[in-house]
Amino acid sequence: MEDAGSVVAFWALAALTLGAAVVTAAVRDLVRAVVALVLSFLGVAGLFVLLSADFLGVAQVLIYAGAISVLIVFAIVLTPRAARDNAETAMLWPALAIAGALMGLVIAVALATDWGDEAREGFRETASAIGEALLNRYVLPFEVASVLLLAAMLGAIVLVRED
Amino acid sequence: MTAFLAEWWDLRDLGNTVGALLDWIADRGVPDWVPYVLSGIIGIAAVLLWAILSQLAFIWIERRVLGRMQVRLGPNRVGPWGLLQPLADALKVLAKEMVTPRNADRVLYWLAPIAVVVPAILVLAVFPFSPGMVVADLNVGVLYIVAVTSTATIAVFMAGWSSSNKYSLLGAMRTVAMLISYEVVQVLALLSATAFTGSMRLLDVVAWQDRYNAWLLFLQPLALLSFIIASAVEVNRTPSDIAEAESEIVAGYHTEYGGIRWGMFQLAEYVAGFAVAATITTLWLGGWTLWGLEEWVPGWLIFLGKLYGTFFLFIWLRGTLPRVRIDQLMGFAWKFLLPLMLLNVLLVGAEKVVWAETGASAGVVLPAFAVLNLALTVALVLGWGALAGGLRPQMRPKRPLLVREVGGIYYQPMP
Repeated sequence: MEDAGSVVAFWALAALTLGAAVVTAAVRDLVRAVVALVLSFLGVAGLFVLLSADFLGVAQVLIYAGAISVLIVFAIVLTPRAARDNAETAMLWPALAIAGALMGLVIAVALATDWGDEAREGFRETASAIGEALLNRYVLPFEVASVLLLAAMLGAIVLVRED
Repeated sequence: MTAFLAEWWDLRDLGNTVGALLDWIADRGVPDWVPYVLSGIIGIAAVLLWAILSQLAFIWIERRVLGRMQVRLGPNRVGPWGLLQPLADALKVLAKEMVTPRNADRVLYWLAPIAVVVPAILVLAVFPFSPGMVVADLNVGVLYIVAVTSTATIAVFMAGWSSSNKYSLLGAMRTVAMLISYEVVQVLALLSATAFTGSMRLLDVVAWQDRYNAWLLFLQPLALLSFIIASAVEVNRTPSDIAEAESEIVAGYHTEYGGIRWGMFQLAEYVAGFAVAATITTLWLGGWTLWGLEEWVPGWLIFLGKLYGTFFLFIWLRGTLPRVRIDQLMGFAWKFLLPLMLLNVLLVGAEKVVWAETGASAGVVLPAFAVLNLALTVALVLGWGALAGGLRPQMRPKRPLLVREVGGIYYQPMP
């Protein structure tokens, strides 16, 4: 990361990601929290693109900003009184403690890792590499994940089946 | 196709002109980033200008054509044949007061029109108007289209939720449900097209169709059909505009919006329509190519001709078909289109394997696939329609299993 454009883009995207994440946690209105969460996801997608991971960046937008956010919206809409009076919860301090511990762990790992920063050698296509890895080397976890998702879907259908 | 002359006066590809201009600027000894940033600004400005001019034109065309289809005159008071009607509309929209409801969530209410417009315009960046006229030549172009359009869902929900109006919320919920359902169909249709050509880069898909002289329209008719239906739903055109069905829920998610904010929703709707037409043109209709004519006529004119023709199809659908009910629309996505598209993806995979294994030449394989796929399309649509059409949904549902298990309350529908 030597040229000025990448550095500016990195700090701007990092500020967007973290700022939106803070807003997500702090804001009272759950729908506003979802919107801030989408912004945070978009920032992460930008960071992926900055790392030349084009497929991951686009997939991040498609899955997280496009689909997961809508899933959360469904959860909000189907929950009575969930939206505009997001009250105090007893879980505040335990959640803060766990989140702080996780953050400390991630920072410790990041500092201990040898990043091996070398000059980038141009842009390489990642979509086909990811596809081949998923269907050759990692085909078992890939298939297990798909069976798991199918089981979850069937479970949801069974739960709302008529008696 | 012969190589384009890389001269600024070769207007068959406006990319040449811009490229020559940028080279000229770079020769003046400015820093490296100046031409780079300028090329982005020129591309976005050109695309935006094109989208807005096309929208102004199509507001008039759509209203006149719908008028003809419905045996009435359409706008004819402002200027000759009502030609100045779009300008009058634009002035009216700009001058109107923007009312904010008292109970609205002001931040989201203000943000929603912007969040709807931005993805609609961003999508236009990847379409190759001609070989050199593409703002961002992404190698995941098709996935980019799907990803960026999918972010409009949450923006529409923001609009409907923040308006604090029951019709807005109903419209937003309908939109979210519809978009989620039809996005699956849309993605599977795009997957069929990209798997067949073996690339997600739009330029490569066009080049593939040029090389084999075969538009995907002939090779993937079922995917095209599903994509047109799913897209008509995604851009809220009338056979499926239940998100803003006037006779049911006023204007849906933008009931409470007025003035230029409403204009933003209108702009986003039209631009999304153009983006869908551009997707169909690029992936199924061969993009800027027309069997050699692109050497004489500018490729971008061919592309625009195909795009406007495709967009006209949506106007035609709007003038012809009645609006469907929400449960019919959802059932159509999940019970009819989705199984067919899954079958189609399987078929595409099988055909790719057959082509690769037998090593037959494209001249033999592609016509065979075209005939086979057309026959299968007709058979599947008719057969599955006859089969699924006979299954009547239970109009009065009984108590769901989960409700009995957890002892919840279930309101019996009125008999």
